[in-house]
Amino acid sequence: MTNALEIEGLTKTYGSGFEALKGIDLQVAQGDFFALLGPNGAGKSTTLGIVCSLVTKSAGKVSVFGYDIDTHLSDAKLHLGVVPQEFNFNQFEKVFDIVTIQAGYYGIPLKKAAVSAEKYLKKLGLWDKRNTPARMLSGGMKRRLMIARALVHEPKLLILDEPTAGVDIELRRSMWAFLEEMNRQGTTIILTTHYLEEAEALCRNIAIIDHGRIIRNTSKRELLQQLSLETFLLDSEATLERAPELNGFSCRLDDEGVLEVDVHKGQVLNDVFIQLEQQGIKVVSMRTKANRLEELFIRMVEQNEPAAEAVTEGRK
Amino acid sequence: MNAHALFTAYITIVLREIRRFTRIWPQTLLPPAVTMTLYFIIFGNLIGSRIGEMGGFDYMSFIVPGLIMMAVITSSYANVVSSFFSMKFQRSVEELLVSPVPNWIILAGYVTGGMARGLGIGFIVTLLSLAFTRLQIHNLPMVVVTVFLTSALFAVGGFINALLATKFDDVSIVPTFILTPLTYLGGVFYSIDLLPEFWQGVSMINPILYMVNGFRFGILGVSDVNPFVSLGMILSFIAVLSFIALRLLARGKGIRH
Repeated sequence: MTNALEIEGLTKTYGSGFEALKGIDLQVAQGDFFALLGPNGAGKSTTLGIVCSLVTKSAGKVSVFGYDIDTHLSDAKLHLGVVPQEFNFNQFEKVFDIVTIQAGYYGIPLKKAAVSAEKYLKKLGLWDKRNTPARMLSGGMKRRLMIARALVHEPKLLILDEPTAGVDIELRRSMWAFLEEMNRQGTTIILTTHYLEEAEALCRNIAIIDHGRIIRNTSKRELLQQLSLETFLLDSEATLERAPELNGFSCRLDDEGVLEVDVHKGQVLNDVFIQLEQQGIKVVSMRTKANRLEELFIRMVEQNEPAAEAVTEGRK
Repeated sequence: MNAHALFTAYITIVLREIRRFTRIWPQTLLPPAVTMTLYFIIFGNLIGSRIGEMGGFDYMSFIVPGLIMMAVITSSYANVVSSFFSMKFQRSVEELLVSPVPNWIILAGYVTGGMARGLGIGFIVTLLSLAFTRLQIHNLPMVVVTVFLTSALFAVGGFINALLATKFDDVSIVPTFILTPLTYLGGVFYSIDLLPEFWQGVSMINPILYMVNGFRFGILGVSDVNPFVSLGMILSFIAVLSFIALRLLARGKGIRH
């Protein structure tokens, strides 16, 4: 089956001489929910900008559903919906007009565009605001408006660059649910995000980009299996005076009296509870100290300094 | 995209442009109407009555075609340059860039939008001029063709200016320092017969002279230059500027990184 996105040897050198991309290879399968992660300035937005025709590539090949952007740009664009990082609509236009005008650019007549606009504005909770000028919307509404605009022509590949930046947690969760539904219905989704919790919750495959190179490209499951140590926070029923001695585990109390336990790969978490039970300590709740993916991400990026070889692994 | 889809995209751009300048009509339609009325009153009525005839017509009749053309030129140019530069500034131009609209449709859409405003202003100024003079039409096809082509030419010019502009100052530099002087020296207020021979020669390299005179020939039947040479000049300029605009679009000048 043709990949939703194929990138081969992609390079980009800006006019200033800055080499933003140093030969990127990437494949995203149809139906995937894919995360492109990386620190600021790593090359994420440049990569997606080239796919969306907002940035001109220096060399390499990009194809969307088999359509090469050098030879079949119009066909490639028809399959693509884009939600950029920055608000990029006319602030003075009304919500409904912004969405239907975008449909018009794709050659969809107004009558049909109006039906599609209504569908997505309702799904994203913006239908009541359809006659409101975009500048009057809240930040979260503006983000949802950009998603509705990107979907109005029913693209098969949706690219979202930091779609939940600055959005409160409740709204973020509802946007996640919406994106998961779109993905279940067959839309391939590529996402960049700074919230690694978001990538962990939504995506099946992940690529990490740093200094213009892909340093990891694998499935989320495989990536998380590489995690050798996790720290768990345990709240005990009674207030603890000092950290208990746990055989085989490193354990300490934090400033708020919460028990921190390090569990290495291969160790069994049940052993912690058995030992605590033996010491008469009852655990009422438990959580991980840091986002697992975040830990891995930071480690990989640090290891990549100053230069790295591109590593691409098979996905599950 | 098939022909129907291309037409839909084109109409979308045109209607969006028309909606934009009609929504802000106090900024776009009213000022030229007020300015031209003042020109009619001051230059046509008050000063014109002391000047006497120009080119065989009373002064008011002589300047009306030039003033209509001046309004068409400045409005066609201003509409495209301000609209497209605003899109660049707000980044809403990205809506177009990610879509499959071909560059020639983008150019055609913006030029038509600019023409809609330029010709609309031309119509308003023509109606206003009827309050001051009896307007005769010597050659209707010449009037229509000249005003349409001139409007198209300056709309393309505005588009190039918007592509090249990087700040708001760049948007006003060309109209202030190039367009306005060329228009004023392009025979709007006088016949170049009044100028010494050397300055007559210099005037002949001013493209706006051909447009004003082509239009004046259509209305009054008099012109400082051959009206067919005027049409040829306008068409040549449109071809050259459209080529430049499409090349700049293809290179992504000012709109792609």
